[in-house]
Amino acid sequence: MQDVVAVGGGLAGFRFAQGLREAGYDGRVTIVSDEKHLPYDRPPLSKQLLAGTYTEEQCALPGDAPDVTWVMGRRAERLDRERRVVVLDDGAEVAYDGLLIATGRRARTWNGPMPASGVHTLRDLEDTAAFRSAIDADAKVVIVGAGFIGCEVAATLRKEGVSVTVVDVAAYPMPVMGSEVGARAAAIHEAQGVRFRLGRGVAGFEGEERVTGVRLEDGELLEATVVLVAVGSVPNSEWFEDAGLSMDRSVVVCDATCTVIDASGQPVPEIVAAGDIAAWPHHHGDGAAVCIEHWSNARDMADLAAVNLLLPISDRSPMAATASVPTFWSDQYDVKIKSAGFLRAADSWTIVAEDPEKPSLLVEGHRNGELVGAIAFNMNRSIIGYQRQLAAPAPS
Amino acid sequence: MKITVDTDLCEVHGDCVVAAPDIFDIGEDDDVVQILNAEPGEEYRKAIVQAVKMCPVAAIRIEG
Ligand SMILES: Cc1cc2nc3c(=O)[nH]c(=O)nc-3n(C[C@H](O)[C@H](O)[C@H](O)COP(=O)(O)OP(=O)(O)OC[C@H]3O[C@@H](n4cnc5c(N)ncnc54)[C@H](O)[C@@H]3O)c2cc1C
Ligand code: SF4
Repeated sequence: MQDVVAVGGGLAGFRFAQGLREAGYDGRVTIVSDEKHLPYDRPPLSKQLLAGTYTEEQCALPGDAPDVTWVMGRRAERLDRERRVVVLDDGAEVAYDGLLIATGRRARTWNGPMPASGVHTLRDLEDTAAFRSAIDADAKVVIVGAGFIGCEVAATLRKEGVSVTVVDVAAYPMPVMGSEVGARAAAIHEAQGVRFRLGRGVAGFEGEERVTGVRLEDGELLEATVVLVAVGSVPNSEWFEDAGLSMDRSVVVCDATCTVIDASGQPVPEIVAAGDIAAWPHHHGDGAAVCIEHWSNARDMADLAAVNLLLPISDRSPMAATASVPTFWSDQYDVKIKSAGFLRAADSWTIVAEDPEKPSLLVEGHRNGELVGAIAFNMNRSIIGYQRQLAAPAPS
Repeated sequence: MKITVDTDLCEVHGDCVVAAPDIFDIGEDDDVVQILNAEPGEEYRKAIVQAVKMCPVAAIRIEG
């Protein structure tokens, strides 16, 4: 292998390039990225960068920039597997003998009429800067979507005293963590002055030039000078959609070694995938391929994909048991939220420990009585125990 | 080998504790990770290198 190409210059693309060099690969590595910036870290965007405690430079990914040919500001438009080339938006072709698919996701946008300005999303550095500069002390911010990003932004802005209202059709914030955690998270945010409109949908936005309000489906009008739409993300998969690969909900499907599977179910030895654009079979997902949109998953997949791409299929190893436990963190006010395990699989939640004063909380998620995940608020030691416990594959 | 952690960076993610439990630990209320053994023997190098790679904020340094 002499020509490895990574499409996507996020966490996964960057770590993959580092991993190839660490594994002793000395051929060419090309990273194609449609962004203007060298790879950076996204978690600080809704936290430290928005709060102003980090500069954009401090969001750079840690570690030495590997010896890489950068193709920046260019979008991959098509994957030609027969000729083994990636076609870019300017018509240029990048040939590969090994390929990483790592184009991640973009923010889901509002699909309906919108005012010309004032409605934002948050996924990259430019989004964050634009949203930040729209906010002043008198801003009335409405956040559509009470997921992790919506809640983190609410917390960051409330610390500065900015008016924040959060709307979601779900009955409680961060619904993936279940109702027990959701109710407690709502109480923490409300105590900090966040207003919620839960169980209620958005009908549309008011204002022509600039947004002036958000109209809810039940008719209520929320005054707004700035709106953040934080309703999830969509995979950047258009460029390989016609390449005959196995797809699941618009992400590419791999086996447990990060090797991409083709539409007929066969592994494609020269193509691996990692991060938010990829699904792989998880032992708590009933063996079905699942896409885990967490930082640690992009890290672990990219590290493994780099090592495996250099090996023949028969020698490739699957995700390590510890790496296969999805972990997630989120910082809101003085609450460090951490999760371990595959929360979406849970059918019941149990509170194991709670101290509303601190505040701290420990909740287990079970499926058919089997532990599948845990969530902790300010209980950093306990969650590590769960990480270890969940690393052992479920008895089958 | 000497191990140091940049306490300004550490966000107590605990990935290092999973990778190298003999070297790092976290108490329930800790704001930064504890180093149990700051000058470990060579037998721990593999686990510590793994911890360095896992840390989401690259807070861990190995000298020597
Ligand atoms: C605001 C925010 C906060 C977050 N906070 C946390 C957190 O606290 N904890 C946590 O675990 N996770 C968090 N995440 C999720 C985490 O950042 C992602 O899981 C991680 O970024 C995935 O990395 P990736 O490399 O797979 O994808 P991405 O980071 O999405 O990188 C993909 C790259 O590919 C580029 N690209 C896309 N299409 C093309 C194309 N056709 N051609 C060329 N380039 C292309 C994109 O522009 C991008 O640069 C957060 C995400 C966001 C947005
Ligand atoms: S992994 Fe990094 S951030 Fe997490 S506890 Fe260890 S040193 Fe701190």
